Amino acid sequence: MSDDSIRPVDAALRAGAPPVKLGADMEQDGVTDSPTDPMTEALLAVRDRRDRDAFARLFDHFAPRLKAMLLGSGLRDGSAEDIVQDVMLAVWHKAGQFDPHRAQAASWIYRIARNRKIDLARRKPLPLPETIEEPPDLEPDAEQILALRQEAALLREALTNLSSEQRTTIQKAFVEDLPYSQISQMTGLPLGTVKSRIRLGLDRLRHELRGLNR
Amino acid sequence: MTQIAYHISDDLLDAYKLGSLPHPFAVVVATHLSLCDTCRARLEAEDVLGGVMLESLEGVALSADARAQVMAALDRSAPLRPVGPSGIFPAPLMQALDGQPPRWRMLGGGIRQQVISADKEGSLRLLYIPPGKAVPEHGHGGLELTLVLQGSFSDSAGRFKRGDVETADAATDHQPVADPGQPCICLAATDATLRFRSFLPRLLQPLFRI
Repeated sequence: MSDDSIRPVDAALRAGAPPVKLGADMEQDGVTDSPTDPMTEALLAVRDRRDRDAFARLFDHFAPRLKAMLLGSGLRDGSAEDIVQDVMLAVWHKAGQFDPHRAQAASWIYRIARNRKIDLARRKPLPLPETIEEPPDLEPDAEQILALRQEAALLREALTNLSSEQRTTIQKAFVEDLPYSQISQMTGLPLGTVKSRIRLGLDRLRHELRGLNR
Repeated sequence: MTQIAYHISDDLLDAYKLGSLPHPFAVVVATHLSLCDTCRARLEAEDVLGGVMLESLEGVALSADARAQVMAALDRSAPLRPVGPSGIFPAPLMQALDGQPPRWRMLGGGIRQQVISADKEGSLRLLYIPPGKAVPEHGHGGLELTLVLQGSFSDSAGRFKRGDVETADAATDHQPVADPGQPCICLAATDATLRFRSFLPRLLQPLFRI
């Protein structure tokens, strides 16, 4: 796998260049010097200080989006809202497992919601991988956290560069739980970009996991 | 942690992620993910896209008291922590075992097994193979995943060590043999009854639920 495409970004980061310019019609995350985005910051406050105000911010930001995602996958209004409440409660209870080196708040909450929805359709809950216990005194690695944020911004940019028709298709596939391979078939080339972004992020993640698991 | 050489295929990982894998296979995949950083990263990296997509959705308002209800529920007791790992058995496997150590059943030749589940979704079992012993030769009716937890085995496809998972299907006809050293313990999921060719008379199969 070539990682040429990440290098200009790394170089730009080191040089303190301005953040990747994002399209106006996508959710903004102007990556700045802070390694964490505001929602990840809020989730860390919930994790470390059981901060209720921060939790309320997470709720206000994610609950309506989660509801949109669940409605899009065919759930009725009432059950979608029940699941959103379950998911947000799980966010509160599982916050101790959140690791900003491996996910932003959005990815982590997305995964909880997906698993919750999957379990509704299964006879037995989906078996999940063992949680990785971080040593309590582990110093946060700002570079890794920032890299993850940058990956998400690049992905967002790749999506922004699609035609609105393609973007709608991907979004539809996403809420309808299609595998990424199928999304690729539906949209043709562009997902290749998305996938390669994922792979780049993946390399970093794997690196981080190796470090943690020693 | 030793280097894991044999991983979960893209198709299987996709199916796992979408929740469409039958339970026995999902347990094997989750157990492999617990041991394999590479596959865990493959899985978690795709959540980055999920997170970006979630962010890009236009929200739909919840009912007026939804947030207050959740805030009021925060202090209610947290759900019980799921069963954790024990020795060579990662957490998802211990959960499948209901937190109990394996209850081995002798199959002859020093080989032991515990059937964890066997139903229309397929079967999940633990196998204990002494060094130098062959895992009984069998043909497959469908997909089989075998994950090594201790020791290693070898067959025509290679040498499988802790964390490695062998994926076999109807076309595979292999005869894994436990390598010298520690007894080989593995977790195997099948989606169809195995047909043993030798080792065990066919009429005994229902008895052992193989």
